[in-house]
Amino acid sequence: MSEPRLVEVRRNVLKQNDVIARSLREQFREAGVFVVSLVSSPGSGKTTFLEKTLTLLQPQYRVAALVGDLATENDAVRLARSKAPVKQITTGTLCHLEAAMVQNALSDWDLHQLDFLFIENVGNLVCPSSYDLGESLRLVLMSVTEGEDKPLKYPTIFNSADVAVITKNELAAAVEFDWETARKSIESVRPGMKIFRLSAKTGEGMTEYLEFLGQQLRERHSVVLR
Amino acid sequence: MHELSIAMGIVDAAMDEARQRGVQVSAVHLRLGALSGVVKDALLFCYEVACQDTPLAGSRLIVEDVPVVVFCSRCNDTRVLGSVQSFSCPECNTPTMDVRKGKELEVSHWRLRNERAASGGSPTECTQAE
Repeated sequence: MSEPRLVEVRRNVLKQNDVIARSLREQFREAGVFVVSLVSSPGSGKTTFLEKTLTLLQPQYRVAALVGDLATENDAVRLARSKAPVKQITTGTLCHLEAAMVQNALSDWDLHQLDFLFIENVGNLVCPSSYDLGESLRLVLMSVTEGEDKPLKYPTIFNSADVAVITKNELAAAVEFDWETARKSIESVRPGMKIFRLSAKTGEGMTEYLEFLGQQLRERHSVVLR
Repeated sequence: MHELSIAMGIVDAAMDEARQRGVQVSAVHLRLGALSGVVKDALLFCYEVACQDTPLAGSRLIVEDVPVVVFCSRCNDTRVLGSVQSFSCPECNTPTMDVRKGKELEVSHWRLRNERAASGGSPTECTQAE
């Protein structure tokens, strides 16, 4: 009888997702489209922020969005008001988007016709952190109503993101939002993170953020403004 | 709560391994980084659920926690972080995002029962390498 044994494998559990994400990233690079994913807790204002982003970018850039939601198509309907191409990914009971869902959703889109593609993840500050979607930039949003210590409560997602966006700044005074404490919380879990503080509702702070996106597109893909 | 789909992925991979080698997997050793985004207790619970009614039923998931290891440019050395809430060198307090370890979510070993087990021989669990 042969010996029972331990066999070394070193097998990444999310390998399948990572392989698809790598292939997506390559496709995006080749097509010259800059892909931004958005993660946040439910109700932080992702959809309003994205609707505003799509609307304001459109005079200059070709934009589109994929939006993940557990059950409804409400977000896609709202985003469609921006007149940008929008597609809903309904995840059912799944609490996050995976690279394969993005790949399927994009199968009939010509990426060469786009400058920016936004991917709105399901509202969740835990699960999306494990899944690479092939994005060029991951934005984590938190609203001023959520509390300054949110980054310390969800360090993994903040650490996995590239840029933080503090939303609903028009409510900051009403909820006595302590900007310095919030900034320190972010800096603690993600040193050097770029932070935007804005209001999608009033438009305050949007210009700086949109200029940043434009600059990212030019730097990474050398796309000439049309 | 994505631990169930991760547990199912682990069980599927173990079943592939078992089929290919004609063996039974009695335990899965997993390296789990503090930055993996996976909750250990939830994963252990889900693993049991995912094993039900499969050849893996009754097998164990053995999790090795991997702390976050960063490189501190000021100390010119790697350091283990005490907490994922503070990405600063524990020695000199310099902030750092140079993460060297802690994102692992990988099966490191399969523990196999003997190769006749699959065809009905009495399986003996391996105790070596522990």
